[in-house]
Amino acid sequence: MMEHLLIAPVVLPALVAPFIIMVLRHHLDLQRIFSLASAVLLAGVTLALAAQAADGTVKVYELGDWPAPFGIVLVLDRLSAMMIVLTSLLALPVLLYAIGSGWDTRGSNFHALFQFQLMGIMGAFLTGDAFNLFVFFEVLLIASYGLMIHSGGTRRFQAGVQYVVFNLLGSTLFLFALGTLYSVTGTLNMADLAVKVAQIPAEDTALLRVGAVMLLLVFAIKASLLPLHFWLPSAYANAPMPVAALFAIMTKVGAYSILRIYTLVFGPEVEATAGLTESWLLPAALLTLGAGAIGVLGSKKLGRLAAFGAIASMGTLLIAISLFTQTAAAAALYYLVHSTLAAALLFLVADLVMERQGQWILPQLPMPQTGLISALFFAAAIALAGMPPLSGFLGKLLVLDATRGAALAPWIWGVILLGSLVTIIGMARAGSLLFWKGHGLPPEDTDTSAEPPVDTLPARPAQLPFVACFGLLGGLVALTVFAGPATRYAEATAAQLYAPSAYIDTVLGRTAE
Amino acid sequence: MELLVASAVGILTAAGVYLILRRRSFPVILGLSLLTYAVNVFLFATGRLVTGAPPILNKYEEVAYTDPLPQALVLTAIVISFGMTAVVVMIALGAYLSSRDDATAMPVEADGAEEEA
Repeated sequence: MMEHLLIAPVVLPALVAPFIIMVLRHHLDLQRIFSLASAVLLAGVTLALAAQAADGTVKVYELGDWPAPFGIVLVLDRLSAMMIVLTSLLALPVLLYAIGSGWDTRGSNFHALFQFQLMGIMGAFLTGDAFNLFVFFEVLLIASYGLMIHSGGTRRFQAGVQYVVFNLLGSTLFLFALGTLYSVTGTLNMADLAVKVAQIPAEDTALLRVGAVMLLLVFAIKASLLPLHFWLPSAYANAPMPVAALFAIMTKVGAYSILRIYTLVFGPEVEATAGLTESWLLPAALLTLGAGAIGVLGSKKLGRLAAFGAIASMGTLLIAISLFTQTAAAAALYYLVHSTLAAALLFLVADLVMERQGQWILPQLPMPQTGLISALFFAAAIALAGMPPLSGFLGKLLVLDATRGAALAPWIWGVILLGSLVTIIGMARAGSLLFWKGHGLPPEDTDTSAEPPVDTLPARPAQLPFVACFGLLGGLVALTVFAGPATRYAEATAAQLYAPSAYIDTVLGRTAE
Repeated sequence: MELLVASAVGILTAAGVYLILRRRSFPVILGLSLLTYAVNVFLFATGRLVTGAPPILNKYEEVAYTDPLPQALVLTAIVISFGMTAVVVMIALGAYLSSRDDATAMPVEADGAEEEA
């Protein structure tokens, strides 16, 4: 029984979602209860799995009991465990927020799509098969298309078309990459790929390198690396904000895939692809951080501000990943957890403001609960910018420390520090415009650009959205307070990543018996 | 045979990319479809081109066989791309019906007043 726990994070949402669609279609309260119960259960399951993986063992689940290179396997190691725990702990406050703010009533099937989305993300983190990774990417994408256009609206549909087309192109490229890799190696199991790639003679690797770069491009699209980030700002800014908060984990799926494939299959010691990823990824990540910071500074809408903040944090994360050293990977993992929570918090706070004032960053009359919301915005802003009290500062410090010996270290330090400064200025500008300038306005001033008040605002302000926001903030504080254990876990995870033989042996081991 | 398949993949991809760059929903969706056809044919070719052979290994003698795995991959890819095409058609239709414009580029944000959050 216990060995089947490994597939529960995929199966549980996959069962709850159709149940919600087919049985509870007309019962919103029951939908909410089942969706929340599923999310809570998911959190429990992922925590139990993380406890199993914490001692460094690699657990393999063979679907249909087919042995590894032939069947599809799910693999649980420290990295996968960390990512699924992060996903489930992110999903809980986001779901609470969506329920509390009434976003789930503004269109149909929010909860079912949410569960399908969770299923896709969990599967992508757990699978040990490259083609299965593609399938789970498609599951999470098709659910995200539905969530992205949830509750409709012209601009949301237009942004949705762009988002879908861009990601379909990414999927096609993914298939081309997988086909190329399969034609060279004859396998798609990640552990088996690692074995086969290492055996290919160096003069025979042209196709393999093409496949590796195409795969990197696919993951770069998902991770919104600079030349391929164009889908993100309009998609996230026009999506419902709680959905965008959940999407904060989706860019991390790309980062996770880069980390997984380019340590396991095309690791640093593989001659065929040596230097291929590092030479491209690092400059692109630096540009991503720069573009994100400038975007934060230049945003006129709150949604875009949060989206560019997410891009900037992806830039920092990818800088740390692109060094492909063990210490940098540990720093990247710590920063990954932080930036997911911080970006989600910023999206939720942006929604709190947008529900009351509209989406433009303009001085407007003080809104209800302005003190509480401005305090939350302040916390989210300093978290995302990486200012001292919260874990962003520690994360950036770890990244800076890990990059000290790199060849491009002056560039990395300069871009990270300058990027943080520009992000702080952009956040400060937005915050003071939104929360301070409004106090000077005469009460009867009706600005032409002011939005009409949103009619769905309840008479008594809902408490649940604030609970959700403080939950995420609590996560950030816990990550700061327990930085010691968290970094130790990240270091152990990075050590496991850079010693992939245990992973490979465990996945392929049973065939030898 | 190889030349035929390779040029089919190449021409389909080129036509697909060209159509996607047209920036109107309908050509873009057609282009995406052509690209998925291209990738399906490409996936078939990744198992090496063999004609007239069963996708079954023979335990007793060495006979020609064709690799069954790409066929399974292609089947999955066809199902997924078909579903995705349906989704993108519906979303593009929604965008067209509500904005009366089938450009895939976002219009410059002139006024945010008429849209609701």
